[in-house]
Amino acid sequence: MPNSDLPAAEAVGASTSPSATQMEKEPAIAAASSPPVDEDTVMVEAGEVQAMVEATAPVAEVPSAQGQAEADNDMMVEIKQDKKSEIKLEDLFEGMDSDDDDDFLAAANPLNAPAPREPDTHDASFELLRIYYQRFFPWRYMFQWLNHSPVPTNDFKHREFSLWLHNDAVMRYQSYTTSDLFRKDVIRLMPRRIEIGPVYTADPRDRKTFRNSTAFQPMAKELCFDIDLTDYDDIRTCCDKANICNKCWKFTNMAIKVLDTALREDFGYQHILWVYSGRRGVHAWVCDKKARALGDQQRKAITGYFDVVTGGKQGGKKVNIRRPLHPHLSRSIDILKDHFQQDVLETQDPWQTAEKADALLQQIPDLGLREALRKKWDASPGRASTAKWADIDALAQTSASAALDPKDLLDAKQDIVLEHTYPRLDSAVSQKLNHLLKSPFVVHPGTGRICVPIDRGNLEGFDPLNVPTLQGLVTEIDAWAETEGAAAAMAAVEVSEGGGGGGGSSSQDVKHVQDWEKTSLKPYIEYFRSFVTALMKDEREVAVKREREEEGDVDVKVESLDF
Amino acid sequence: MNRIDVKRRNVLDHRKKQFADPSYKETQYPHRLNFYSTPPTADITLEQFEQWAIDRLRILAELEACSFRNKTPAETALHMKPLLDKYLPLDASSSGHSQLHAQRQKDHYSHFILRLAFASTEDLRRRFTRVETMLLRLRFQADDSRERAAFVRTLNLDWEPVSEDEKRALSPQLATTIGFGYGKRAQQVLDEDWCKVDWMRVPDLVEGRKVYVKAGKAYVPGREQQSMVLNAYTKRLEQALELTARALPRLDEDDRLTPILDHLSKNFITPDASYTGAGAAIEGAEMTARNMDNLSQHFPMCMTHLHRSLRRDAHLKHFGRLQYTLFLKGIGLNLEECLVFWRSAFNKVTDDTFNKEYRYNVRHVYGDVGGDSNRRGGGYSPYSCQKILTEHAPGPGEAHGCPYRHFSLENLTSLLRASGVTERAVLQGVKEDTDSQKFHMACNRVFEHLHRTEIKRAKDEGVMTAAQLETIVHPNEYFKRSYLLKNTMDNKQKHRGADVKMEG
Ligand SMILES: [Zn+2]
Repeated sequence: MPNSDLPAAEAVGASTSPSATQMEKEPAIAAASSPPVDEDTVMVEAGEVQAMVEATAPVAEVPSAQGQAEADNDMMVEIKQDKKSEIKLEDLFEGMDSDDDDDFLAAANPLNAPAPREPDTHDASFELLRIYYQRFFPWRYMFQWLNHSPVPTNDFKHREFSLWLHNDAVMRYQSYTTSDLFRKDVIRLMPRRIEIGPVYTADPRDRKTFRNSTAFQPMAKELCFDIDLTDYDDIRTCCDKANICNKCWKFTNMAIKVLDTALREDFGYQHILWVYSGRRGVHAWVCDKKARALGDQQRKAITGYFDVVTGGKQGGKKVNIRRPLHPHLSRSIDILKDHFQQDVLETQDPWQTAEKADALLQQIPDLGLREALRKKWDASPGRASTAKWADIDALAQTSASAALDPKDLLDAKQDIVLEHTYPRLDSAVSQKLNHLLKSPFVVHPGTGRICVPIDRGNLEGFDPLNVPTLQGLVTEIDAWAETEGAAAAMAAVEVSEGGGGGGGSSSQDVKHVQDWEKTSLKPYIEYFRSFVTALMKDEREVAVKREREEEGDVDVKVESLDF
Repeated sequence: MNRIDVKRRNVLDHRKKQFADPSYKETQYPHRLNFYSTPPTADITLEQFEQWAIDRLRILAELEACSFRNKTPAETALHMKPLLDKYLPLDASSSGHSQLHAQRQKDHYSHFILRLAFASTEDLRRRFTRVETMLLRLRFQADDSRERAAFVRTLNLDWEPVSEDEKRALSPQLATTIGFGYGKRAQQVLDEDWCKVDWMRVPDLVEGRKVYVKAGKAYVPGREQQSMVLNAYTKRLEQALELTARALPRLDEDDRLTPILDHLSKNFITPDASYTGAGAAIEGAEMTARNMDNLSQHFPMCMTHLHRSLRRDAHLKHFGRLQYTLFLKGIGLNLEECLVFWRSAFNKVTDDTFNKEYRYNVRHVYGDVGGDSNRRGGGYSPYSCQKILTEHAPGPGEAHGCPYRHFSLENLTSLLRASGVTERAVLQGVKEDTDSQKFHMACNRVFEHLHRTEIKRAKDEGVMTAAQLETIVHPNEYFKRSYLLKNTMDNKQKHRGADVKMEG
């Protein structure tokens, strides 16, 4: 009875009420560890809010890119004003969390980005989406990814999915016993967004039968990270808000390199999946068994470990770290310093304006040096940031007061490098075991782009503005049919429609070409497949090892546990 | 690892283990510190049972208050020292104190009694674990370093020591985590007693980047090993409390213990207090019926709400009248004025109705009528926060109770807004306090916010003693402090010595 939990929420009509925007940042917070019965209602409210937000900037029928961007800008302004003027009750009390909010600014069309190749790509319309779920979505690998084994286990069966429907209801606590049921339900309900939650101690659909909250608890989920370029607005000069371009995309590359390296070398994780969030950010899914089992306290700890650039959105971001530098930070600076030179100083030119240059001066520890720099920069307005950066060391030789400890200057410069390059994380996504996150391979409703995995080994080759789109895939498959010959195409379509549906779960051993293999989605799914294969292989080995351990030492430690 | 533990726990017959072996066996206490792994078995008297538990509870409640007030570890230690000496002394083995065994026995037993009292709900278990861990931390820090090391060795914490070779190899990385010196770092690293553990076991050290982390292992210097000890303690206590919770029903058989345990756990919700200055008007304050609107600016939210409801409806229901009358009595409104106050407030009823239905109750509260004992005792005492929080939860149409506990967030927020609390951070703090059931902390937070200017001035001028800035747990204390703070300059001397008395 997959329908029994469908909340009775209807799409809410157009409204630009400021209160609607209040929820903008908190769509999908899973319940606290003891879920109240009426949680779905909360979620429905989130859905309603989204309905309102989207109603201000319709997704499906937008007259022009320009009009769309204006609608979005209006909304942004409204949010800002509202935050200043008054505290709204729901803002305060409906969850302090925030989540990936890509979809909420869905209709923004990057003003300064190249125009979309097909004007309709952002139109995540119903029929295209159906084709996508039926023929392109990698069901089989998604199942294996979450199940960690070829036969369905509780890792999959007790996993929460939440489906965001087109009528703006959100169905929380969906779960499926097999990959095929998952696929069928999605095709029946056609959610425009699928989120993945934790694995619970019991089937999420049965949660209401557990009176005592300890019997129904989240017990495992990938350790997730969320990087969103809006958090870089104070240091990127090319774009702001929901907009991105290849210049500011570099910030995500820096973040990925730093996090990925630390997660592997420091924490010893190996299975880290990076996924494009469809518009202006990336998600990380750390899938190692040990990472999935982390509790909230440990998730909070690891988030704190990566918390370097702190400060609220209104106040400036500040780097506040101890000296001597922690090994993680000195290594991060090694990774980041070339990016700082190229992608920040040269490309972003962050201190071009007098105002920004002044902010930079505030971070220089010596008055004499500060004044000398100010004089020099006043004399040559528009001096490039690379030159300004070089000026600091050059003038330190001549103008700094004797009291300036070179060590202090070095510290200040390191802080500045970190401020402009170190990952900025949305910590709410990482801290809670029961936080939901948008699934890989869903279609971003605003951009029409597929949320594809990013190959850590080829970061520079990833172009967020050029990932496969819903519209594009359909065009590609048509083109393939024409060029590759009608016969081959017909055979493939038959198989995929009759059986496994794109994922290749068909029992037939026919080596046919999958639909996704005929499109630009191919390298992404292949990458995902190899990721999942490696994960499953490891999981088998871990399982065998644990069994041995369990048999070995049960008796030894019983006494020490009894108190 | 967690998973294995769960399995094992399930196969144990913990009840038998925990409550079996009733034969008398004198427990030995070789160490000052205790992980409380073994339940006590010797008999104690019912009086000891209760008194020891109350003494420990006092300590825990005060520790919790210290953490709510964000005291630093040093401030907490200073604040707690006299209390610990008085209620739960624990001397070092080296002290040669004659009462070592008795001290350690009381510590041991009181811990286990409170386990019984606080095992019943998840919330109580969580709080108990938290404050017990704070207590162990405090004692751990104060412990003689040799005795502490000896104690830690008995714990079997499964730490892997870092070899000399590895120390040397990782010297530059390890050096960064042990302080600021750039001098003899390599030597310092070698001198330090390092161990490595799964990073998950020292989340707080990882969170603050206080340890070097490599391949999932955290390298913990000797001085930070406290964190691991405490973590292990927390974990073991959490598990033990769950076992206790499951075993609790068996305790019902002993009906002498149930009321004591019940009272103890209630006391943990909010420390009870009696208001010592009841009935004495504050000098300089005009205690008249017509001045109540003016004085209501000094009322805590529970009384503000009663006052406003009364003004709005010209009526209050029974428990509202009772709670409010007692409060008014407590602030020093005399019976005569109080009757005037109620009469004029109930302006929709006739004299006749008022005299018949309400007058008597007010007089009774003041001890003007009623049985001998009521009259001798001067009527009832004003309600403490604990009483308001735990007795007679308000129903529909009733205005008594504690807004922080009994109001919806929405209503609480509008009440606070209407009383001048509009700052987001404060409202947020109140929400967090009430979410975690720290209602009296929410009230104190609001008090501190509304009086921030005066508190700062009073502190700066040294007018208020530290004790007078401690947690308020009585509405009348709230009023008195508020009034005096707003009139500090005139009253420098008059409010000394009116501290809240903890009843336990
Ligand atoms: Zn850009």
